[in-house]
Amino acid sequence: MVENLRAIAAIVAKDMRIEWRTKTALGSSLALAVLVLMILYIARDTARVSALDIAPAALWITFSFGAMIGMNRAFLLERENSSIDALRLSGVGPSTMFVGKLLANLVFVGVVELLSFPMFVVMYDIPLALPWFSLALITVMATVAFVSVGTLLSAMAVQTRVAHVILPVLLMPFLITPVVGAVQMTTVLLHGQSLSVVSGWFNLLAAFDIAFVSLSILLFEAVLKE
Amino acid sequence: MMSRDKARSHVRFGWWIVGIGFIAVAGAYVRALAFTPAEVRQGLAMKIMYVHVPAAWTALLAFLISGVLSLLYLWLKDRRMDAMAASSAEVGVAFGTVMLTTGPLWGKPIWGTYWQWDARLTFTLLLYLMFVGYIMMRGSVLDHEMRARFSAVFGALGLVLVPFIHMTVYWFRTIHPQPVILKPDGPSMPMVMQLSLYGSGIAFLVLFSGFLKVRYGLMGLEDLRERELQNAA
Repeated sequence: MVENLRAIAAIVAKDMRIEWRTKTALGSSLALAVLVLMILYIARDTARVSALDIAPAALWITFSFGAMIGMNRAFLLERENSSIDALRLSGVGPSTMFVGKLLANLVFVGVVELLSFPMFVVMYDIPLALPWFSLALITVMATVAFVSVGTLLSAMAVQTRVAHVILPVLLMPFLITPVVGAVQMTTVLLHGQSLSVVSGWFNLLAAFDIAFVSLSILLFEAVLKE
Repeated sequence: MMSRDKARSHVRFGWWIVGIGFIAVAGAYVRALAFTPAEVRQGLAMKIMYVHVPAAWTALLAFLISGVLSLLYLWLKDRRMDAMAASSAEVGVAFGTVMLTTGPLWGKPIWGTYWQWDARLTFTLLLYLMFVGYIMMRGSVLDHEMRARFSAVFGALGLVLVPFIHMTVYWFRTIHPQPVILKPDGPSMPMVMQLSLYGSGIAFLVLFSGFLKVRYGLMGLEDLRERELQNAA
């Protein structure tokens, strides 16, 4: 158990260190986030649609696009110099490896979300008196939902001939439930209502998290083995 | 691994079944168009149902077969299951395309719009797109064994996703006609229309099984060809 935790921590630290030294994915994720926020703001009909009306959708499109860049990179790193083989030779079990990669991705996506949120507040003129705890909670839940499936699918995608294009196509259907749910809940929160108004979405998202995190851990072995 | 003769006979008999299926479909339409009364309010537009509904049934059946066989592959590692799952997905996408094109043709005169973000429409569109992704992914993996494994993983994820998508889209307003045949208090449709619909459904099933058999046989032949190339190299 302690050994597994240590292996997980090592994988997370390794991925973080690589990202800290290169900063390629973080840079492109943030640039993409600003661009998406900007395009959605400008593309709306300013006379009829208020910024606050499209704000929740804009936020979640930004978050999920930013996440996709990070997830695509996670296993591309391992493919270079076949470092995935080294990881397997180290005796780390597949589920431990998956949890390590998942946490590394979550940290990455979390940082992207934290850094792009202030830009969202500024651009869309969001009032600062927000139910911060509820907002953070649904953000974590929705992020875990799509990053877990995304990590598994990216491990598959990098082994295909078209690694960069296939991940969005495979992942998009799995974004529907977390993103739609998160948008619905964010809308309620931005309008000053309580989360209990949308408890159905909340439960659905919680069930999604449980189902897909465990399923991804179980299926990772089948993706890995040769 | 299929033998060459076996694969060829699958293809040959498959085409015979496809031929019978087309004759049956033609027969079902003659009955539906000429010998079945039109619905009072919708008029002739309603006749499209005899294509749309069986196509939808067949597509969903094909996706179900594909999902279940993918899951079984993970467990039993039988290559034939992967081949059948893939064939079923491809034929399902073909029938799904029929469903998605006939639906809007009916929707325009009856709903006044081609497309609606209605629960059932959104749900089936997403399911359809998932299978398009499945087929794309298969095309991008060269190794047999890996392709089968990845397809099975994606199929298993998809099977679990289905109820979630269903819930998600159901919480939007729905305007799609509610089930007319498969509902608790029995079908609410005149017998003459029901018979035409069932006839058309059976014709579609025959067509589907023919296509499935042909595709399955072709997949066996593809396997053999790839093996030959590998041995020659």
